[in-house]
Amino acid sequence: MEEKDIHSELTSIRSLMERSSKFLSLSGLSGVMAGIYALIGAFIGYRIVNERYGSLVISDSYTDDSMVYHQLILIAGLILLLSILSGLLLSIRQAKKKGENYWNPVSRRLISSMVIPLFTGGLFIIILFLRLEYDLIASACLIFYGLSLISASQYTFSDVKWLGFCQIILGLLAALIPASGLLFWVIGFGLLHIIYGTVMHFKYNR
Amino acid sequence: MKTSLEQFDKAFENRIRLQIMSVLLANEHYDFKSLKDLLDVTDGNLASHIKALEKEEYIIVNKTFIGKKPNTQYSVSEKGRKAFTKHLEALENLIKQQKM
Repeated sequence: MEEKDIHSELTSIRSLMERSSKFLSLSGLSGVMAGIYALIGAFIGYRIVNERYGSLVISDSYTDDSMVYHQLILIAGLILLLSILSGLLLSIRQAKKKGENYWNPVSRRLISSMVIPLFTGGLFIIILFLRLEYDLIASACLIFYGLSLISASQYTFSDVKWLGFCQIILGLLAALIPASGLLFWVIGFGLLHIIYGTVMHFKYNR
Repeated sequence: MKTSLEQFDKAFENRIRLQIMSVLLANEHYDFKSLKDLLDVTDGNLASHIKALEKEEYIIVNKTFIGKKPNTQYSVSEKGRKAFTKHLEALENLIKQQKM
């Protein structure tokens, strides 16, 4: 056996082990888009609150008008939906471009690892909402999202883990500092996603 | 030059068998169809190599049904894990020897 044959054999083994156990078509661009949706959504939300109250006063809570909260939740839900759709569509496109099947054991594991923390978080946020505990909603979004990223990172690029840690830290800060929810939400879902998505795009997707 | 060819496992002479083992080493288990997609081989080709590995007792076959569809999962046996590791070591040794 020639040396270069052995080298190519070892390389192919290594690549196959990675490809079969990690979903590597996760789109960085979809992260950037999720960030942009979040920024637009936060801006609209800010306007809604602002219009009703004139200026934004820093108090224990921005507002306790449940009508405003209903609108904010609607916007947040829309952002979530758009972000998930972009993530799925762009990742599927990325996988197709590489000639890979996007529905495989790894992508299934990736999704199921995210579903449990996200679903728990979703229920928790609905409970907070029903109990009129609006203050901690932004914080809960960030923390549970961060946990789902850390759990998903086993099945994709390990960089995802760092995004998860950052989201959890932001979520805890949002819980610690009164009326800082929107600010940390914008940093976590908006800015961090854009930075992370850009880095991932140039690092892996090109 | 002294080579360690006798350390090479005959079962792994075929590239597809080596690839099947690589996938099973990296994953708890893998099913037939996903393995076929990943390695880009035909049903018959994959089945014959799997049979060969099964005969060596390198892999464990677990046949179940999802509804009426058969769902066959493969995982690596302890014997297979050892054989694969030994084979990789042999490959690496060969590279080292050729460098000397």
